[in-house]
Amino acid sequence: MGIAVVIGATGFAGADPVAEAPSRVVSINLCTDQLALLIAVPGQIAALSELAFDASYGVDVPPGVGMTLGQAEDVHAMAPDLVLAGTFSGGAAVAMLERLGHRVERFAPEVTLDDIRANIRRMGDVLEQPARAAALVAEFDAGLRALQDGGRRPRAALWFANGYAPGPATLAGQILEAAGFANVAVEAGIDANGFLSLEQLVLLAPEVIVTGQPYPGASRAEDILRHPVIAALNGVAVAPVTDRDWVCGTPTVLRAVAGLVAIRRGLAP
Amino acid sequence: MRVRGALILLVAALFALSLAVGPAGMAALWDRTGPMPLILWEIRLPRAVLALVIGAGLGLAGAAMQGFLRNPLAEPGILGVSGMAALGAVLTIHLGLATALPLALPLAALTGAVIGVGLILGLAGPRGGSVTLILAGIAISALSGALTALVLNLAPNPWAANDIVFWMMGSLADRSWVHVALAVPFIAVGGAVLLIQGRALDALTLGEDAAQSLGVRMPRLRLALVLGTAAVVGAGVAVAGAIGFIGLVVPHLLRPLAGHRPGALLPLAALGGAALLLAADVAVRVILPSGDLKLGVLTALVGSPLFLHLIWQMRRGRV
Repeated sequence: MGIAVVIGATGFAGADPVAEAPSRVVSINLCTDQLALLIAVPGQIAALSELAFDASYGVDVPPGVGMTLGQAEDVHAMAPDLVLAGTFSGGAAVAMLERLGHRVERFAPEVTLDDIRANIRRMGDVLEQPARAAALVAEFDAGLRALQDGGRRPRAALWFANGYAPGPATLAGQILEAAGFANVAVEAGIDANGFLSLEQLVLLAPEVIVTGQPYPGASRAEDILRHPVIAALNGVAVAPVTDRDWVCGTPTVLRAVAGLVAIRRGLAP
Repeated sequence: MRVRGALILLVAALFALSLAVGPAGMAALWDRTGPMPLILWEIRLPRAVLALVIGAGLGLAGAAMQGFLRNPLAEPGILGVSGMAALGAVLTIHLGLATALPLALPLAALTGAVIGVGLILGLAGPRGGSVTLILAGIAISALSGALTALVLNLAPNPWAANDIVFWMMGSLADRSWVHVALAVPFIAVGGAVLLIQGRALDALTLGEDAAQSLGVRMPRLRLALVLGTAAVVGAGVAVAGAIGFIGLVVPHLLRPLAGHRPGALLPLAALGGAALLLAADVAVRVILPSGDLKLGVLTALVGSPLFLHLIWQMRRGRV
């Protein structure tokens, strides 16, 4: 949350008057939660979604912010002047809230780094904090530039439960590319959401397999990550990453990029 | 004997085909360079071995249950035995027992299957009337399916709910030697127990009284059937999920070739089951090379029309 702190300190003095800006904002989606927290001034946010309060997502919720289950009933009861939602979540709840006359702003999931910039600016507009949003974009770009060093681009696979292997047209794929890796999913003809079977993965023989941290408990879907053939591959580094930095297209993806850059720098030159 | 020889050849051919199919192509069979040996030995071979053994077990279990209940509709998948095994497996995995003690997984699935077979035999009674049998099967399938889904939905792992389709439809994708080692011993022992019941099952075709006068001890036969079926089905489900219809289709197709004798049908059904599951597992990889099409999709596509056909025949009093 280093970025948030910096922006919070620099942006506060120049903030637009809160009087005109929405002052009872309720967000019902984890990703709009995070973005709103980075841009809103204190007191603007009335409530965030349940997941923002789940410690495993590492969202730093300021005191005084309430929690919503994201259902039309409890959101309506909070009498928000702005509701923030994702385009693919809470469809029925969002439709009902609009019927009840609430202003709902929907944010599409970010697929590219440019989408992140666009969504930051749009969040700045709907919260009427454009200066803070512009500062956050500048901060994001500076952070990204600092992580790019133009070295060799090792071949890497993104490989998650059930063999899910996102291609370049996904946020995860963009993170991998920004960290200076070449995504082997491209060689398998995957552009956006695709799957690599164990056999295809072994055949592609990437230098690094980037994979998710196993969730608590167990699942058949994650068994594939522990298949003995992965351990038998010679010279392949398996790098588990923290999912929470990859879920939402917010400046926190810089943490994911930084983690991958550290892995890349640890490889043979 | 000729039938048996032909089936052995078929199984051998399908086993070889199973080793030849995959995204890396046929070359994995002879190419000794790069990742190819790993693909053959660590990915394709355990998968083919599991298809062979689990398929044989399911064919055999179906034939044995049908012989004992003297009813062609008896099948571990339809009667909910596989579902109960899946419930046992899911419970151990999500209570963390399977990580602590790997053998807990097949043992729990076996226990689930024992309860399933026990309930079926208890509810259907010694004569196994079709209506009672199928109704009991529907109830047990529904209950085990609901409880499995409940456990997976309550699990803390977000992927667990995703696994419901695996446990209900079955798949051999990306299984390893670890799974072979867990399942094969149980299936081998259970299969052997079922195979040696051939003569008793033959005697049973004359009716229970006649069988008893021929020296068949009914309680012992029932116990052997319950434990043998449970071991075979339980261990298979524990590593591959519930794959339906194999125990229905295979005995039905091979029964005329076995002269309608349940004893002679047992080894043939094992071979036929192996052939059918190997073929289905090749087909899922050809239809959807990079995904994981579930085996139950294919076996149900073949099996349900046959099931309907059997019901139709029963209505007209031909079975």
